[in-house]
Amino acid sequence: MSDLRELYQEVILDHSRQPRNRGELDGESCRKANGHNPLCGDKVTVYVDVQDGVVRNLTFDGVGCAISTASASLMTEALRGKTIVEVQRMFDEFHALMTSDDATEAEALGKLQVLAGVRDYPVRVKCATLAWHTLKAAIDAGKDAEPVTTE
Amino acid sequence: MDTSMTRSAGPAFDALEVRSDFPLLSETIHGKPLVYLDNAASTQKPRAVIDAVSNFYCHSYSNVHRGVHALSVRATEAYEGARDTMRDFLGAADRKEIVFVRGTTEGINLVAQGMTGSMGPGDEVLISGLEHHSNIVPWQMLCERTGAKLQVARIDDSGEVDLDEYRRLLSPRTRIVAMSHISNALGTVNPVKEMIALARAAGSLTLVDGAQAAAHMPIDVQDLDADFYTISSHKMFGPSGIGVLYGKQARLEALPPYQGGGDMILSVTFEKTTYNELPYRFEAGTPCIEAAVGMGVAARYLMDLGFDRIEPYESRLLQDATDVLRQVPDVQLIGTARNKASVISFTLGDIHSHDVGTIVDSEAVAIRVGHHCAQPVMDRFGVSSTCRASLAMYNTLDDVKRLAEALHKVREVFRL
Ligand SMILES: Cc1ncc(COP(=O)(O)O)c(C=O)c1O
Repeated sequence: MSDLRELYQEVILDHSRQPRNRGELDGESCRKANGHNPLCGDKVTVYVDVQDGVVRNLTFDGVGCAISTASASLMTEALRGKTIVEVQRMFDEFHALMTSDDATEAEALGKLQVLAGVRDYPVRVKCATLAWHTLKAAIDAGKDAEPVTTE
Repeated sequence: MDTSMTRSAGPAFDALEVRSDFPLLSETIHGKPLVYLDNAASTQKPRAVIDAVSNFYCHSYSNVHRGVHALSVRATEAYEGARDTMRDFLGAADRKEIVFVRGTTEGINLVAQGMTGSMGPGDEVLISGLEHHSNIVPWQMLCERTGAKLQVARIDDSGEVDLDEYRRLLSPRTRIVAMSHISNALGTVNPVKEMIALARAAGSLTLVDGAQAAAHMPIDVQDLDADFYTISSHKMFGPSGIGVLYGKQARLEALPPYQGGGDMILSVTFEKTTYNELPYRFEAGTPCIEAAVGMGVAARYLMDLGFDRIEPYESRLLQDATDVLRQVPDVQLIGTARNKASVISFTLGDIHSHDVGTIVDSEAVAIRVGHHCAQPVMDRFGVSSTCRASLAMYNTLDDVKRLAEALHKVREVFRL
């Protein structure tokens, strides 16, 4: 039970129930990408508005488990106003948080660290990283971003 | 706890005794005794099967149909003996009608592939709305190759095939009807005998996907009058990597070979190859010999236990299990057909099945979560996934109670 509380922390339950920044974005400088986890059927669409190398706005839409929804919601909160360079760094740090064994403190990740518990559930890591991969696809591929899958 | 049931036909079925035949069921997971409720995905293996495979390796292993040496003879006898057992198990008329394949998926593909040359635009394939992807995609591919059309008979809110629509969709254009005997996502037992008779009256061939049936009910392909019937060993307590495609002799003879290679030929020159007789014509290459031997032993094990004893036990267990799970607040059953077997699909409030799966796993309860390779079924019920408990003869009501407790834990974690 204590392990589970580590995984399903209050913040995660809160963000999965009341996701922040949910919805679509529209506009000249907006990009979007679709992400899909074929294992569980989770689908997420990430919308990002990048101007002058800075994430002006970031939203998401889709259905998913508590982990993937909370992770997407927390991501949108954490990355607003960040530069593309900072986004890339946080992407790498988040990835390390999910996959590396030594629990290095990733101060820069701030609130995102509540997701550290996912590391102990390898099959669920993809749930937590889906929105991040989708965001990266949206930023990298620009306007015609292809759907990404976590498989 | 009532684990044994009496039936006039034979001695009481003792699920706990059967369970003791399955070494893996005594595993502990996360320090707790395992509860295995994922039998629709795959079943565990009894000691008899494990020993048979091991003994085959230790004493009889060689390639089949190849050599004159003693071991080759032994291996061939064991492999062909398994074919005889599978003929008994399925009630086929002749051992020629028993083709070893990799599993249900390959059985379906073999038939769909074989029909390519004889189909074209204007022809139709009819399936039902509750099929597993492996009984959808090969037919879609056949239709793409030939220009034929895929028709789908809807299912109703309980998860039963709408037989009126099924009748309507049958026509002289229908070349083959493919239906599962039991739905892996919903547990619905299709009235296949009736559906086959209707298809036959319309002049269509029939294929039954029996993947989910083999562990739960007696199969008699002649009584069903199916043209093709296919099963997977791993879902009936045998090894994975092997299965059987049954086909009526005349139907198999009408199909071209599936793959080319060794064993499926009588003679080969660079000018011309003469194909082997049934069933070898469809068994190109070295088969999974030890798995076939194991499958035969699993079938024998089931026949010795007797479906006349297994079936009533399981049917009672399914009913009691359904009642237990219904009592968990927020459980919503998906699939409430009148005739069901083994499978209980459900959702728990608005909690995603993946979260349910992780939390019940922490209680050592193994269930399947997701779309169960049946996305059209999920779409039909307006869900992206479900939780699925699937029972086998070695499960007891205590297993289901452990699942119910674990579901209470899920509700606690999610503060429902
Ligand atoms: C109804 C049904 N059909 C077909 C299959 C495919 O069986 P296999 O993967 O053994 O080929 C399954 C297995 O999940 C099934 O449940």
